[in-house]
Amino acid sequence: MNIGVIIPLLIFLIAIFAIGLISSKRMSTGNNFLNDYFLGGRELGGFVLAMTMVATYGSASSFLGGPGTAYTVGFGWILLAMAQVVTGYFVLLILGKKFAILARRYKAVTMIDFLKVRYNSPAVAILSAIAIIVFLFSAMTAQWVGGGRLIESLTGLEYTTALFIFAVSVLVYVVIGGFRAVAVTDAVQGAIMVVGTLVLLIGVVIAGGGIPAIMQDLFNENPRLVTPFGADGSLSAAYVSSFWILVGVGVVALPQMAVRAMSYKNSRSMHRALVVGTIVTGFIMLNMHLIGIFARPVMPGIEVGDKVIPLIALEVLPAWLAGIVLAAPMAAIMSTVDSLLLLVSSAIVKDVYINFIRPDAAEKRIKQVSFGVTGLLGVIVFLLALQPPELLIFLNLFSFGGLEAAFIWPVVLGLYWKYGNKYGAIASMVVGMLSYVGLHFYNEANGALFGVHTVTLPIVFSLVAYIVFSLAVKKEAYQF
Amino acid sequence: MNKETTDPRFKIAHREAWIGIGLAIFNFIWWFGFAYGLGSRPVEDYTYIFGLPDWFFYSCVVGFILISILVIIITKFFLTEVSFDEEEDV
Repeated sequence: MNIGVIIPLLIFLIAIFAIGLISSKRMSTGNNFLNDYFLGGRELGGFVLAMTMVATYGSASSFLGGPGTAYTVGFGWILLAMAQVVTGYFVLLILGKKFAILARRYKAVTMIDFLKVRYNSPAVAILSAIAIIVFLFSAMTAQWVGGGRLIESLTGLEYTTALFIFAVSVLVYVVIGGFRAVAVTDAVQGAIMVVGTLVLLIGVVIAGGGIPAIMQDLFNENPRLVTPFGADGSLSAAYVSSFWILVGVGVVALPQMAVRAMSYKNSRSMHRALVVGTIVTGFIMLNMHLIGIFARPVMPGIEVGDKVIPLIALEVLPAWLAGIVLAAPMAAIMSTVDSLLLLVSSAIVKDVYINFIRPDAAEKRIKQVSFGVTGLLGVIVFLLALQPPELLIFLNLFSFGGLEAAFIWPVVLGLYWKYGNKYGAIASMVVGMLSYVGLHFYNEANGALFGVHTVTLPIVFSLVAYIVFSLAVKKEAYQF
Repeated sequence: MNKETTDPRFKIAHREAWIGIGLAIFNFIWWFGFAYGLGSRPVEDYTYIFGLPDWFFYSCVVGFILISILVIIITKFFLTEVSFDEEEDV
């Protein structure tokens, strides 16, 4: 137990609770519960919008798994991670104003609402709800494991206890605060991430005796660490480039990002978020991964990648400062988890319960169901996370890829291509998901097909399916 | 609402989506070109800028700063402010 580390972390958690409570107070004045709880009443400003996108996207993999891999693999992994800068502007520019306008016109609260009205099809809605519940559920579990592990390594508590503290913290403010609480806490957490990564980077550089000395140490250990090809030369240009789809442009199709692209107040907020989001994403990714690789000469021989960041922070910083800095990955994990939790909950309440079970449910009943489902989901994920699956980062990427393959064309072409229809959308989702899962197992057994990441081919297949089925079954222009 | 004409705001939105695609393509070429153009040399030949390998410095550090500047310029001069609400209330 390290009291100096725990106290700043505790202060951080309490501050987060306070924000959740204040936001929920503001929520009770709104007159549309669903719109407020799941979308924050569409009134996010530019800074909060940018920060909630960065914080939602930057998860355990950017703060623990990614830097841990950079520690092992070298500069090639930072190159790969920098593909994520594109998400800062791409999501908002592509979904952009058209998505914001149509979402308002359709009165859409979730991405599924949008798809359901655009394609005028309950089947599309059910399929999307299933995809979101299955894939995001696994993403969420991976994040909870990360949160539990982090508290475990900081406090020396048992994993189960650590996970319990994490679960209670997240549940309290998500259940009571809804989307606005999540977005506002995300903004605070995003700011913590920016400052935390900078402090830690400076600490590591000083501990390593300056960047040239660190670079010399890396070169002496294994010259390949400073090349783009990885410590064993296995990172090919094609493989690294294919991550542009997975963690770059494909992010446009992730429901947790899309829902944010319909939550902002006006086009000025969007413009501001473009700038802030791009700069903050790049800054955090560059810093975090540099910390990972710089940590190697300072603390050689760390076996578990996820532990690199916590260990190096405790090594190079005074305890109280380490506590503040380690609130950054904590913040990243919490802000991802809270968004996913709310999203899965909205898929169940809004897209399954209200659409198919009780369309006439009263406001008060919806409220109870929303709180109940969100809370229950948290408990289920907690129980799953007790038996933690290994390899955090790959579980997380698995679910990203599956969702991207399912949603990218129904969302993007649904917005911009007038001949897109429900037949194309359904075919695209089915083909995308099935080929992703199939190819995942093929690649596990045989190595990556064509040397690219699993997500690449399914995205091509789902594009073909979308176009062919849209045109072949019923060619009819959609009037936006 | 007049169903026959396309909403003029969509024209703006379409243009801005193309800007996004163009920027992403430029970003990729810059990133890829410097990383594998300079990075493929024998590692003994690398030079170091601020202590970082040259391919990495140009591809990731300069690339990131350049893209940030481009985003600022595009936002300031090429994006148009539009209202998101419906003119004719439903």
